[in-house]
Amino acid sequence: MTTSAQTVIAPARARTATATATVRRKEGFQHGGWFVAPFVALFALFVIWPLLRGIWLSFTDANISGEGASFIGLDNYREALDDPMMWDSLGHSAYFTLLVVPCITVLAFLLAMLAHHIERGKWIWRLCFFAPFLLPSTVAANMWQWLFTQGIGLFNETLGIDTPWLTDKSYAMLAVVIETLWWTVGFSFLLYLAALQGIPAHLYEAAKLDGANAWHRMVHITLPMLRTITGLVVALQVLASLQLFDQAVVMMDFGPGPELSTRSFVQYTLEQGFTSYRVGYASAVSIIFFVIIAVVALARMWLLRTREEATR
Amino acid sequence: MSSTQIRLTTRTRRPWTPSQIVLTALGAVVSAVFVAPVAAALFTSFKSEAEAAEIPPHWLPQDWTGQAWQALFETGNITDWFVNSLVVSVCVTTVVLLVSALAGYGFARTEFRGKSVLMGVVMSGLMISPAVLGVPLFTTVQQMGMVDTYWGMILPQCAPAAMVYILYKFFQGIPRELEEAAFIDGAGRWRVFFTIILPLSRPSLAAVGIFTFIASWNNFLWPYMVTNNPDLMTMPNGIATVMNSYGIQWAQLMAGGLMAGLPLIIVFVFFQRQIVAGVAHTGLAGQ
Repeated sequence: MTTSAQTVIAPARARTATATATVRRKEGFQHGGWFVAPFVALFALFVIWPLLRGIWLSFTDANISGEGASFIGLDNYREALDDPMMWDSLGHSAYFTLLVVPCITVLAFLLAMLAHHIERGKWIWRLCFFAPFLLPSTVAANMWQWLFTQGIGLFNETLGIDTPWLTDKSYAMLAVVIETLWWTVGFSFLLYLAALQGIPAHLYEAAKLDGANAWHRMVHITLPMLRTITGLVVALQVLASLQLFDQAVVMMDFGPGPELSTRSFVQYTLEQGFTSYRVGYASAVSIIFFVIIAVVALARMWLLRTREEATR
Repeated sequence: MSSTQIRLTTRTRRPWTPSQIVLTALGAVVSAVFVAPVAAALFTSFKSEAEAAEIPPHWLPQDWTGQAWQALFETGNITDWFVNSLVVSVCVTTVVLLVSALAGYGFARTEFRGKSVLMGVVMSGLMISPAVLGVPLFTTVQQMGMVDTYWGMILPQCAPAAMVYILYKFFQGIPRELEEAAFIDGAGRWRVFFTIILPLSRPSLAAVGIFTFIASWNNFLWPYMVTNNPDLMTMPNGIATVMNSYGIQWAQLMAGGLMAGLPLIIVFVFFQRQIVAGVAHTGLAGQ
């Protein structure tokens, strides 16, 4: 009697147990809204709302106090596109990007190769090449401002030249580029170093057995294996360089540089907003900048996708 | 027995081949070029102001003096800035770690209405920064009455879509079976998250934390926009605006710069492995 009761109850229990298990398992993954809620709240307040607000303000003649703004349609955009100052500052940011991105990519690769192939004291090379990246932008800029100052600066003194780095419009942006290379190359250097260490050693051993020399090994193994990381380094640098601001303003004493030659797009926007108090116009310029950045980012995603499809 | 012991104690070293000698020499020269600006700043901070502006300049101080450092602490509010930097960076790092870990897990492992749309919106945030939308962001923060407050400096730095994305990718890689087993044993979602998921993701959390701290400690643009009160400024901001404003005193400026920059470099010397892994990890996640 007892045994038959158990044979009836036990499977039923087991069934309900599996049933609760399935329910629990499924429920475990449901209703995740609470997990994302804190982030989404911050994101909505400080990213999405300013974006929407910026779009609205760009159609108004708002000033810094935010009172009495009236709708003026596309006037701000029309004015911005006709403003040679806007195009100049956009040109400066683009020129800076064109100079910095190739230099930093090549330099980071060479430094990584160097640090990867020296057998002794790896940590010290890593420390020396990466340390500048840990300095605040303004500190690095102040150091180089001092190095570049004519007369009292050690840069000219060491090289035995007398170049007016900070006061001549044909050198000012170059000075900012040199400072930026020194300050930020460490980040890309680390990415390359990590990628180099990730290349399987057996590839090189096999190539050696087949009689490939060092040059062939680099061209046929190292460079192809680094293609993805190069794409990443270039993309991150383009997006960061277009947003040039800190180094340039600090090196030029918060001015626009000799004959406005280092005024970046970001600086132009902030001047319009905070110096001329034209918040509506500054918002329109910001939105134009946002579109440029978005186009660059989307172009990269599109390139990645087509490449993935090509390799498939 | 004794031979194995010897092999254990003396690490096998490869001989100095000619190519290694050349590479090491090259490495030493390049490193010297990289260190030179920081070394020059350090030496200058021990010069008198007159010597720091001397023509022609020289590398080493002729008279070593602590004047600049003394003046830095006596006259300016550099200690306030240091404390402000610390408060802001610690708060930003804590909040970012908490909210982005929760959100990364939510997006990777749970279901709710409108998840994919929300994910798309968050990813678009990768393209927005104070450099891009500075003016509208400022007017928003102004409307909330948070100009010249800690909150105004901290909160806008606390919604980095990139960090959510990195942790989202990481959580996707954790085997589902681990959580399923815990659910069957009757554990709730929150318990699973705090006792199983978080301990497993320590390396990724460390990477995000390290990167966020560096970025926040060094952040200039946003604190520059949102603070005018010198008592509330952070190190990079205070040094760049206040110390540059009444005629630059180079020795003091270099001393202040080193005080802002050296803490991270010293921390780097001790935690090099973790920081390198952290920076490489966060960077590589963009692939």
